[in-house]
Amino acid sequence: MLDADFFRRWMTATAALVDREAERLTALDSPIGDADHGTNLQRGFTAVTAALEEEKPDTPGAVLTLAGRRLISTVGGASGPLYGTLLRRTGKALGDAAEVSAEQLAEALRTGVDAVRTLGGAAPGDKTMIDALVPAVDALGDSFAAARDAADEGARATTPLQARKGRASYLGERSIGHQDPGATSSALVMAALAEAAGE
Amino acid sequence: MSDERLVGIVLVSHSAEVAASVAALAKALSGGGTEVPVAPAGGTEGGGFGTSAELISAAAASVDRGAGVALLTDLGSAVLTVKALLAEGDELPENSRLVDAPFVEGAVAAVVTAATGADLEAVEAAAVEAYSYRKV
Repeated sequence: MLDADFFRRWMTATAALVDREAERLTALDSPIGDADHGTNLQRGFTAVTAALEEEKPDTPGAVLTLAGRRLISTVGGASGPLYGTLLRRTGKALGDAAEVSAEQLAEALRTGVDAVRTLGGAAPGDKTMIDALVPAVDALGDSFAAARDAADEGARATTPLQARKGRASYLGERSIGHQDPGATSSALVMAALAEAAGE
Repeated sequence: MSDERLVGIVLVSHSAEVAASVAALAKALSGGGTEVPVAPAGGTEGGGFGTSAELISAAAASVDRGAGVALLTDLGSAVLTVKALLAEGDELPENSRLVDAPFVEGAVAAVVTAATGADLEAVEAAAVEAYSYRKV
């Protein structure tokens, strides 16, 4: 079973990975975006870990809901409301149970991903974070490691795609040949989840 | 009709200057008389380009007169942040609405309409209608 500590570890591990990869995320965001994805997420997840330490939420749902709210209010770019919605909706779906199963998390995360799709209007193949998150959630039934690998594969597979959402979509065919920064950071979030699970 | 409750308008842009200027322009074009509550929510709290959920919430609270709040946005994270705040439930005044309208023309239409004492539906309709104003 997964308790609040597990979810705190997930968020802390995400913050550490985002810190480590911030320059790469921003570099990926330079040719097809506005070169702020790494710094925006760094600011957001730094605020998340600070809020978790300060408020000490004691259920899985409360950890993710708080994290989501902090992201919405601190990121300053589109990734704020998108990741914020992902975590908050996932957290709300987990309810106020003290512990949840991996299956419950997989189901809740699917609710979160669906909310992101509704918010941003992106479908698989649009070269967005959805291209990493959907295969990850599909693989979560097998293992956390499988979800991590599926997200990474999904992020890599965005390279030949033409962007159909967000600022990159204005570039049309010139967006082809670049790995999507949002899909890349989504793969980091899933890698952090596997790390929290010790996989 | 000074006791009439007017619809509040929030203008959300990635740029503080754009939001403030469009607010000033819309107020100027609405003429004298009724003072429509209009608040800009532009840029990040640090003064950079971007979107701030805190600035949006504060702006919406400041223009809420109990008749609803119409939020107009430029693009990208401005749209997504307002949608995320609306989904949150308690971050914006009751009866707040993201209005799907062109930023400058929609703001002018919204403020002029709100100045007449129109309700939120009518303010929204006027702003949306601005999309059909062809220039050529």
